[in-house]
Order: sequence, then C-alpha cells, then structure tokens
Amino acid sequence: MSLWEYANPVKFLGLSERLLPWLWALAAVCLLVGLTWGFFLTPDDFRQGSTVKIIYLHVPSALMAINAWFMMLVASLIWIVRRHHVSALAARAAAPVGIVMTLIALLTGAIWGQPMWGTYWAWDPRLTSFLILFLFYLGYVALWEAIEDPDTAADLTSILCLVGSVFAVLSRYAVNFWNQGLHQGASLSLDKEENVADVFYFPLLVCIAGFVLLFLALVLYRTGTEIRVRRTAALRARAARIVAPEGGLDA
Amino acid sequence: MRALLIRDLRLALRAGGGFGLGLAFFLIVVVLVPFSVGPQAALLTRIAPGVLWLGALLACLLSLDRMLAVDWEDGALDLLATSPLPLEGVLAVKAVAHWITTGLPLVVAAPALGVLLNLAPGGYGVLVLSLALGTPALSMIGAFGAALTVGIKRGGLLLSLLVLPLYVPTLIFGAEAARRGAEGLDPSTPLLFLAGITAGVLACMPFAAGAVLRVNLR
Repeated sequence: MSLWEYANPVKFLGLSERLLPWLWALAAVCLLVGLTWGFFLTPDDFRQGSTVKIIYLHVPSALMAINAWFMMLVASLIWIVRRHHVSALAARAAAPVGIVMTLIALLTGAIWGQPMWGTYWAWDPRLTSFLILFLFYLGYVALWEAIEDPDTAADLTSILCLVGSVFAVLSRYAVNFWNQGLHQGASLSLDKEENVADVFYFPLLVCIAGFVLLFLALVLYRTGTEIRVRRTAALRARAARIVAPEGGLDA
Repeated sequence: MRALLIRDLRLALRAGGGFGLGLAFFLIVVVLVPFSVGPQAALLTRIAPGVLWLGALLACLLSLDRMLAVDWEDGALDLLATSPLPLEGVLAVKAVAHWITTGLPLVVAAPALGVLLNLAPGGYGVLVLSLALGTPALSMIGAFGAALTVGIKRGGLLLSLLVLPLYVPTLIFGAEAARRGAEGLDPSTPLLFLAGITAGVLACMPFAAGAVLRVNLR
C-alpha cells in the first residue's frame, strides 16, 4: 500500500469519490462556522472597526493562492519524474482554483485597503508580488489551453511551472528591493498574524481549515472531471478507429 | 557552434525585416512617450531611465517569435536537433545571435534616445552598462519562451504573456540601476543583482529551453 497506487486513474477516482462527500461537507461546515463566528460573534477592532473582519476571507485565500501554486509545482515535478498522468491533470485542475484564490485575495485586500490605507491599490511589495503571481497563473492556464496534444501540454506546462516558480520567488524579492528604493519608510505590513488577538485567531484558523478543505475538494473534483474527459476522448478515438476500416480505408 | 552563429547572423542581416526592426520599434516607443505624457523637460528627465528600459524590453520581445519560427517552418530545426550539437547549445547560440542583432543595437542606440528624453547628463554610462548587462538575460529568457511556443500557431501573443512575467526581475534591477545612475546615486547594488540574474539565466535557462524544445520536436 503506497501513495503511488493512486497514480492509477481508476484507483484515484475510487478514492476521490469516497473522499469527496466528506471533503465537501467538512469544508462547508468549517466555512460556515468560521465565517459566522468571525463575522458576527467577534468584537470590532478598536481601531479598524468592523473592516478587520475581511481578514477571514483575505488571509485564507492568500494562503491558498500560494499553496495552490506550490501544489502545482509538486505535481509538475511528479509528472516530470514519474510520468503519472493523474499528477499532470491535478496540476491543471488546481490552476483555475489558484487564480480565483489570488483574485479573492487581491479584491478583499483592495476593499480593506480603501478605508484603512485610503487607497485601493499601493505598489507595496506583497501586493505587487501577488499581482505577478496572478500573471504567472494566467500564462500557465493559457499555455494549457493553447496546446492540443495532452502529453506535450503537460510537459511544457510543468517545465513552465518550474521556471515560473524560480522567477516568482526572484520577483518577490526583487520587488522588495525596488519598493524600498522608491518609498523609504513605507510600513504597510500585511503580516497581521503576530498582533492578532485570540478572539480573532481561532475563527481565522477555522476559516483557513475551511479554505484548505474547499481547495482539496475542488481539485479532486476537477481532476476527476479531467480524467473523465481524457477517457471520453480515448474512447471516441478508439471507436473511430474501429469504424474506419469498414469504410474501406485500410482493407 | 560558430557556424550556426554565423549562419543565424547572416540570415538576420540578409533575409530582410528582422534586423533593425527592433531598433526602429525602440525609436518609435521613445518618440511616442513625449506625445503621451507631454514635453515638460523635468518630467521626461525623471521617467527617462524607466522608459528607455521598457522600450528596450518591448523591442526585444517583438523579435522573439522569429527566433525559432522560421527554422521550425522550413525544417531546419529538425536538422539542428539531429546534429551533434546538443539542443541546449543550439538555443544558447540562437539567444546570442538574437542578442547581437537586437540587444546590442539597442544598447548602442539608447544614449541617443536618452538625449530625446532629456536624460540627466550623469546617467548615460550607467544606462548603457545596465542595458548591456540586462539584455542578454532578456534574449535568453526569450529563447525559452520561443522554444515553449514554437509549435503553436499564432503563438506570438501567448509568447508575450508567458515571457513578460519572467522579465520582471531583470526590468526591476535594470531600471533601478539606470534611475540611480541618472539621479547621481550609487548604482552598484542593482547592477550587481542584475549581473547575477543574467549570469544565472545564462547558466540555467538553456537547459529549460532545450527541454521544452525537445518536447515540441517530439
């Protein structure tokens, strides 16, 4: 019994079908509890008022935006090294989810930023690197869509994912440098984890768990869809091959 | 390797269109900037390093899809793939040829265009140095992008979408060095970072580009 057993699409589908109802249910419960707790049952912050509550959407989605890319990186590596199709399809399935997470993080950040910083957007290092991450996601998905042959597409996108990861990290620190060069003393820190009080901390943890479960459920579900689409294409191709000789092509 | 380099250079020079086009594009971008932001000298002085870097980057991007597409269409790339020279070497040579025909003219022309944009007098040396250090990285990253999209019909737009995010670090350090030079600050830190990125890209990128080209030639 090893993890690699689930590289078999049939085994994978069986497992994901057994897991998915639980994942959906747990994600729904976590999100419902976390968000209700966070939005209605925690006090307002004495400086930020009720705007602080957007943290329950912003932090988990930002976390998952980065982790989704990380998962794609691992899946791409597995595809390159061990050639498991499920892995390549999982990377493909995760990308749009990652895009949505990035967008949620950017939008909630902008909504929070308007009353707090007085602006929807600032060229702060973290904001900028998230925007760049968004561009990387777009390029990755566009490349998947542009190539017809699935194996070629999987190879190319996985290498793009590796190269993109290196450059995403580079950009993250390059942007840091550039910003300090431009705005000395800009102290917009999004790193709230340290000064978050326990009342906000526990619902936040529940929300993060909810987002993780939601991400897992979405990726498993979408991977299953991709596997079925691939299987349909294979069946069609086989049917076409069986029909073709009767038309007198080969015989 | 040398034969391939000479062949590529000769093709770029004689086959019309490619050579000088990037340079003309660079000129037009720079000329259009005063039209769009107004001719105030102080404003132009302030934005000149950034505009020159952006113009050079876009001019580099413009000629990328020609780097491999022509050889792909007439089958020369397949011959190169079966030659004793590894594909990584082929792509490195292609990037060098691209740099000589696109990057180098941009580096040489940048000071003249700096005059048009009223660049601060002290900034010319650093601008040329930063472009000379940065454009090889642009060509090499571009070779990776070209190898990635070579099999796709009308891949030009996709190429830009894939390559531009990869250009971010180079642009940040290059433009920052040029800006510091123009304002009379010490540009050595961003210049060193820029050189580091270029060296890293030149060392590692041929392998990534070779891997994707091999997939595309399968």
